[in-house]
Amino acid sequence: MSVDRRARIGLRLLALGYLAVLLLVPVALVFYRTFEKGIGFVWESITTPAAIHALFLTLEVALITVPLNAVFGVLAAHALVRSRFPGKRLLDALIDLPFAISPVVVGLSLLLLYGRTGWFGPWLAEHGIQLIFSVPGIVIATVFVSMPFVVREVAPVLQEIGDEQEQAAATLGASPWQTFWRVTLPAIRWGLAYGVVLSTARAIGEFGAVSVVSGKIAGETETLTLLVEKRFQNFDLAGAYAASALLAVIALATLGFMSVIGSRRSES
Amino acid sequence: MSVALPLPRRRSGAGIPSGGLAMGASMLWLSILVLLPLAAVVARSLDGGVEAFWDSVTARQAVGALRFTLLISLGTAAINAVAGTLIAWVLVRDRFRGKSVVNALIDLPFALPTIVAGLTLLALYGPGSPIGVNVALTKLAVLLALLFVTLPFVIRSVQPVLLELDREMEEAAASLGAGPAVIFTRVILPSLLPAIFSGAALAFARAVGEFGSVVLISGNIPFDTQVASVFVYKQIESDNAGGAAAVSVVLLVLSLLVLVAIRWLGAWGSRLER
Repeated sequence: MSVDRRARIGLRLLALGYLAVLLLVPVALVFYRTFEKGIGFVWESITTPAAIHALFLTLEVALITVPLNAVFGVLAAHALVRSRFPGKRLLDALIDLPFAISPVVVGLSLLLLYGRTGWFGPWLAEHGIQLIFSVPGIVIATVFVSMPFVVREVAPVLQEIGDEQEQAAATLGASPWQTFWRVTLPAIRWGLAYGVVLSTARAIGEFGAVSVVSGKIAGETETLTLLVEKRFQNFDLAGAYAASALLAVIALATLGFMSVIGSRRSES
Repeated sequence: MSVALPLPRRRSGAGIPSGGLAMGASMLWLSILVLLPLAAVVARSLDGGVEAFWDSVTARQAVGALRFTLLISLGTAAINAVAGTLIAWVLVRDRFRGKSVVNALIDLPFALPTIVAGLTLLALYGPGSPIGVNVALTKLAVLLALLFVTLPFVIRSVQPVLLELDREMEEAAASLGAGPAVIFTRVILPSLLPAIFSGAALAFARAVGEFGSVVLISGNIPFDTQVASVFVYKQIESDNAGGAAAVSVVLLVLSLLVLVAIRWLGAWGSRLER
């Protein structure tokens, strides 16, 4: 038994050591480096006009993206689980595409569609609409990359709860809309919440796709992640750390929400 | 962030098509936002004909970037398969203080923006390293970044399977005199394999396309640390959309192959369960 115990502790140390070296120590160090110069410095660094603009732009993009993803996610999950239609398996397979594609390729694809020389470029220019190098482009890119989260969280829940209750409601004379609001939505709420949290985190943190389509115009199309990159490249390491710490705090909050929702979910 | 396994087929009662509206709307949304842009990439890559496509893909720098991406992603997937299984095992079978915190932190790479991940690794393993280890601008740095961002995939894929695993088989094996190593390789590992492989496949797919965490730390040195996604980015910056599109198509094909492989692994996993 003592050999077994020793092996167990050895494996534990190995696993925790790997996590420490790869994940925990680097993240802790960034926080340490950020606050090394005092909280006043950090505050100044994340309240410059450029930083405030970047923060609000990032939040704006997330606020537009996430509701779109939520609506599409519930709709698509419903279609995947409840509908009987040819092409269902195709939809099921295609929904994961955004997870498997490089963010740079996502950005490129939008350039080739909506950019100056893209398929719709001339038409858009004629009508005075600019998508690329402006906020709408950032939103479209973010919707693309964060599309599957809600679907993939809601579909298994819908599958599990079955459709008996929905059918009972319909038999009792509820309209499809009433059935959805009163029966389906309450049942999928934790799955939906989980998907929304994941989707928000990705929307706030997206870098590659946004970096291609935004044009990185300071004070206009610069999101928080782009600000981190710019500060780093301008040798403003402390500023880059401060903006990173802000994003890391958002990430940690995301983890907090995830574990709260996770435990609520397993209760219900 | 899990790519779901194919949903089991429902017993279709009457077999009447229903829910067409939700289906149609979802398909339309997906087509406009995802399929149409991807079609534009494929079309652009073939603008100059198949020969131009071939020339772009086989250009020395493109081949170098693609080969490096492929090899380092395979390495990332392999290391993840081992480390992820180990961590999942410790999180499920071991008991120690603070386990739930560690368990929650596993998802940090998914929640943390990739550019921050890159900067984070640079802080510890870059020029100003407090431990005197500077691997920035080397292949090892790229590997570290990829291991960081893909950490959760295998763990999160193996954990639920390990939780559900029947302990009786292991006890039976132990009572028949099998040692821990034999029990692991003969009893536990076979049931975990589909989950390990699909987690590793997800990690591979993510590594092949990864950009944000690699862009700062790799230094983007052609024929050395330049990965495919950064190569594509540089082509876009230098206004070579054709070259960027050609290499992107190769990456797209790779993604599709991995998605197909994951579905196949999912089917294998559910067959094992029965």
